[in-house]
Amino acid sequence: MNSAKVIGTVVATRKDERLNGVRLMVIQPIDSKGNAQGPPVVAGDAVGSGIGETVIYAKSKEGAFGLPNPEACCDAGITAIIDSMYTI
Amino acid sequence: MYAAKIIGSVVCTCKEQRLVGLKLLVVQPISLLNLENEGKPVVAVDAVGAGETEIVLVVGGSSARQTGITGNMPVDATIMAVVDHIDIGGRKVFEKYAAGDAE
Repeated sequence: MNSAKVIGTVVATRKDERLNGVRLMVIQPIDSKGNAQGPPVVAGDAVGSGIGETVIYAKSKEGAFGLPNPEACCDAGITAIIDSMYTI
Repeated sequence: MYAAKIIGSVVCTCKEQRLVGLKLLVVQPISLLNLENEGKPVVAVDAVGAGETEIVLVVGGSSARQTGITGNMPVDATIMAVVDHIDIGGRKVFEKYAAGDAE
């Protein structure tokens, strides 16, 4: 899993029905020092994160396991909100 | 998932049996920050009835098989949402129906 910063939201009324009720957040993957790593992506939110928060997200099919429908077509899912992070 | 713009379609009569009846569209991945092209176009299966020039969300990898119509199909990119608007840090980056366009 990787850490990321939540920077925005995406609204899509017409979408696959397995994603109904899922908040789509725009996240910017970051490294442990907070520097951007690659382009922003869209992730499904399973823990109610807000814009500006630093989160942990899972990629590929496991990204959907935290969502209301674990078999949703979602390849990135926010699974945790970071309170503090420590790296040597 | 990544945002993309639909730039074309692909027609194949000779294809894997399970792909029969699926719409194959050419999508150009775009940046979520400024909607500029980012990366190479790919072919994606349309699962929500998206049309040309629309901004959509594309899911890749094995999650692409998790939609209603692409279950266990040889597919690794599926269009699963048509974007209405994108907000980044309170700034509206994209709005499908700008005020006054909706009528």
